[in-house]
Amino acid sequence: MTQPSFRTRDDVSAALPDDTARAWFDEALADAAAAAQAPPQAPSPYLAHPWELRFAAAGRHCGHDNADAVRALLLVEARAGLETLTRLYRHGSAAERRAVLRALPALVEGPHAVHLVEDALRSNDTRLISAAVGPYAAAHLEPHAWRHAVLKCLFTGVPLDAVAGLAQRAAGDGELARMLTDYAAERTAAGRDVPDDLGRVLNLTGEEPKEL
Amino acid sequence: MRIFDPHIHMTSRTTDDYEAMYAAGVRAVVEPSFWLGQPRTSPASFFDYFDALLGWEPFRAAQYGIAHHCTIALNPKEANDPRCMPVLDALPRYLVKDGVVAVGEIGYDSMTPAEGTALAAQLQLAADHGLPALVHTPHRDKLAGLDRTVDVVRESSLPMERVLLDHLNETTVKHAKDSGCWLGFSVYPDTKMDEGRMVAVLKEYGPEKVLVNSAADWGKSDPLKTRKVADAMLAAGFGEDDVERVLWRNPVAFYGLSGRLRLDVPVPQTQSLHEGNSILRGGE
Repeated sequence: MTQPSFRTRDDVSAALPDDTARAWFDEALADAAAAAQAPPQAPSPYLAHPWELRFAAAGRHCGHDNADAVRALLLVEARAGLETLTRLYRHGSAAERRAVLRALPALVEGPHAVHLVEDALRSNDTRLISAAVGPYAAAHLEPHAWRHAVLKCLFTGVPLDAVAGLAQRAAGDGELARMLTDYAAERTAAGRDVPDDLGRVLNLTGEEPKEL
Repeated sequence: MRIFDPHIHMTSRTTDDYEAMYAAGVRAVVEPSFWLGQPRTSPASFFDYFDALLGWEPFRAAQYGIAHHCTIALNPKEANDPRCMPVLDALPRYLVKDGVVAVGEIGYDSMTPAEGTALAAQLQLAADHGLPALVHTPHRDKLAGLDRTVDVVRESSLPMERVLLDHLNETTVKHAKDSGCWLGFSVYPDTKMDEGRMVAVLKEYGPEKVLVNSAADWGKSDPLKTRKVADAMLAAGFGEDDVERVLWRNPVAFYGLSGRLRLDVPVPQTQSLHEGNSILRGGE
């Protein structure tokens, strides 16, 4: 598994705005730990476990800047498996979906959660797209989908810095180079600028740039 | 001029509307969940709609510098269809979301027992989740409907000062004001209220606890009606402080009861939209 980029519990706790938030955070982690110890009965399609409600409410209780980190720690504490991650993603707001996507490298070994990445890449929400192209996608997205993810970043204005493993995966990818070149030609034909990032990733492919 | 439209169905509106609203001064909206013109037939289509109100629509609004929140509920019309009633069981997982600032629109449409059951259940959900409630008042048999609505609210666990009674007019405003609830007025091109009548109501009843909205949706409606009321107020001699109170501070105070309002719209990561690029189409 990819090394988690999580902030530790102590780091997050120190960053919280006040003691009320810290108390809420501690209770939420306890709820999540309880769920890990004694997994509840299969949830109803309509009702959520208490820690999952905390997962949803993390932003306003802990500060929106801390929400991703808090949600990641809750997922770890609850030992969220694929089924839970999928449910939280499907039931989640955009911010919650982003937190699930960011937690995938640390929580899922193997490509089983790639359907969540693919779902996010079908959206046009740049918050989801940028979270989807992290290390989990770098490790598990198959080549066709990965190339389209890169292209979609260029289309939607997501900086390619968001794409994990860009240099490694782009290296020697002639098909990606072709797609980038065609896209550049389409932009040029329309009298539009070619995104700066396009040339950068084209260079990373190591393929000879054709006439743009 | 800073405007908060406390009731507008942006899902049915275009990006041109967002642009025009921003230019008119609109910086914040609340989108109540409601019916879509075409009746839904299953809970799943509600869930996709609620998810859009918490996902895509705030993203779209943010592209135009507008803060977007929503209210979630099973609406009065569809409360009459037993196929939709299971939505009530799923509301708790939505009512905890950060973007949800009230339960709504709830209330009566045709004054049926099913509507009464859904209204009472959802007022209780609002109380349980620390949320205020946006209560729609019926378009037909309006005054009797308002009185019945106020009775149900009074019997609920939700304090009157956490309830906004919407779609009021000259015939219902007095009873609504006497109830202690917040007072919402929808200003429409043909039906509901218009700018001149709105100003007259404000003169008679004052700006306290009054919210004005466009309720713009998929019908004939105008997302700039909030601004037009503001201009009409100024033309009629109201001061800028009164305008700001009705069109900004009152909606902030009401939805602020949720503790979830975020009026700072983060700068989107996307490139500028103003170069004619179809960047949000994602290549489709």
